[in-house]
Amino acid sequence: MVTAASGSFELDDVSVTYGNETAVAGVTMSIEPASVTALIGPSGCGKSTLLRCLNRMNDELGNVKVGGRILFDGVDIYDRSVDPVELRVRVGQVFQKPNPFPMSIFDNVAYGPRTHGVRRKAELDALVEESLKRAALWEEVKNSLKKHAFELSGGQQQRLCIARALATSPEVLLMDEPASALDPISTQQIEDTIAELKSSVTIVIVTHNMQQAARISDRTAFMLRESMDFPAQLVEVGDTRVMFTNPADKRTEAYITGRFG
Amino acid sequence: MNHASARVRRARTVEMLARAVTGAAAFGVLGVVAFILGYILYRGAGSIDWEFLTAPPRMFMTQGGIWPAIYGTLLLTFWTAVFAIPVGIMAGIYLAEYAPKGAFTRVIRLAIANMAGVPSIVYGLFGLALFVLTVGFGRSVIAGALTLACLTLPVIITATEEALLQVPQDLRQASLALGATRLRTVLRIVIPAAAPGIVTGSILGLSRAAGETAPILVTAVAFYSPVPRTVFDETMALPYHLYIMATQAVKPAPDVVWGTALVLVAGVSIINVVAAAWRTRQRRRIRW
Ligand SMILES: Nc1ncnc2c1ncn2[C@@H]1O[C@H](COP(=O)(O)OP(=O)(O)OP(=O)(O)O)[C@@H](O)[C@H]1O
Ligand SMILES: [Mg+2]
Repeated sequence: MVTAASGSFELDDVSVTYGNETAVAGVTMSIEPASVTALIGPSGCGKSTLLRCLNRMNDELGNVKVGGRILFDGVDIYDRSVDPVELRVRVGQVFQKPNPFPMSIFDNVAYGPRTHGVRRKAELDALVEESLKRAALWEEVKNSLKKHAFELSGGQQQRLCIARALATSPEVLLMDEPASALDPISTQQIEDTIAELKSSVTIVIVTHNMQQAARISDRTAFMLRESMDFPAQLVEVGDTRVMFTNPADKRTEAYITGRFG
Repeated sequence: MNHASARVRRARTVEMLARAVTGAAAFGVLGVVAFILGYILYRGAGSIDWEFLTAPPRMFMTQGGIWPAIYGTLLLTFWTAVFAIPVGIMAGIYLAEYAPKGAFTRVIRLAIANMAGVPSIVYGLFGLALFVLTVGFGRSVIAGALTLACLTLPVIITATEEALLQVPQDLRQASLALGATRLRTVLRIVIPAAAPGIVTGSILGLSRAAGETAPILVTAVAFYSPVPRTVFDETMALPYHLYIMATQAVKPAPDVVWGTALVLVAGVSIINVVAAAWRTRQRRRIRW
């Protein structure tokens, strides 16, 4: 099982450049293990960009340069010796729109383990059950694991995607607005799932919903791009309760009280 | 008020007119197709019997059957598929999944688009020069099939690429984020999702090739030959057989010509309808 001590990030002066436009610069922060860190900020301030650095999904876009240093449990993940494919086993991701594969519920969850060489039926069965339980979907689907994933509701599909990401036993789960396409009840279920998970997995979540950030996160990072002429920056990062009650920066206060963005 | 309602009325008239004109075009096309098929059926059905489908021609093709031509076309199409489908699908995968966005890729795409526009007789001449003479296959099933494969390749490549590009980017992301390699993502997620389009596109390309005359004219076919024993023999083929019978001085009974046309059209249509029906069924299973 994953120990609570692993799954931490140290970001040091991180910048991201698309082509010749630097979108984010100078981000220095830490992400603590077994906790929920929320990334907030107005649209276009680079939240998704920063999130994608943590599992090197930026590599797949081509023409993206990441500067500075990102240490994952002490190891520089942009070092040439690090294989992004192996990194992604340890750092999973859940996307904004539920994106199950066009296959059965079981096969969706088993996809990651199968990719990494798990073949034995009993082992796969156990992993699928455990992952679906952790994603709070087991009770609803345990009798229909062979059903096509597209037959699930949107909220169920998103929890299936969480289960799928959990099946490789990642230490970190990156979630980019995982509930923004869902109804309030499904959103609540996702939030409950996150609360359950955080004892065993480090969670980094991007959200536009201030109440959600306040409810579910331990720490919050506020990013802002004040002008398109300059890259976005990290304005403030810290304990969520402090940030929402007594923000250090006036811009943070303006954002969380809804005065811009 | 009055002015506005006049404009609304005019808009409505124009709308109705647009519907009538486009509808007439669509039904007109349907009518032409129905007429062609109906006429071929009417003229050809009478000559189709067991002997016609299974016996070789007799009396300078005025009697007997067309079996060697049917068999030849089946054989040519089979080998065309063997040569064109694997290469075509792989090239389509490269273009959709691996090719960098750059000048080189643009050149490849342009070349493929041009390949699709080359007249089929030019493929025939090319096949004659390369496969028949230079490689030395002579007039043979294999030379004809390779020529038809060149003709079919752009269709298969384009169909494959388009089918792959229709697979949502989300699915690739999800697979990569689970630590799958690009290859595994393509093989396990993207291709299965795109399979209906790939298969149908390939079949349509092949059915087109099956009906071509010009590419095999100088590379594969003979006026009269027995059923080929190996792929290095020359062969008869349905489209060429039709061409000969329609243009030779020795006029066969017209029924035989129309019967041959009916066999060719029916074969190609059945393949196309089956491919389209299969795709519709798959689409219903895989949706997003
Ligand atoms: N693939 C890409 N190629 C080029 N530029 C990009 C790409 N993705 C993002 N950007 C640019 O980077 C900046 C930050 O975008 P990003 O998507 O990270 O913002 P975000 O904070 O996630 O916004 P949102 O809240 O709307 O999702 C934007 O200016 C955007 O135009
Ligand atoms: Mg975003």
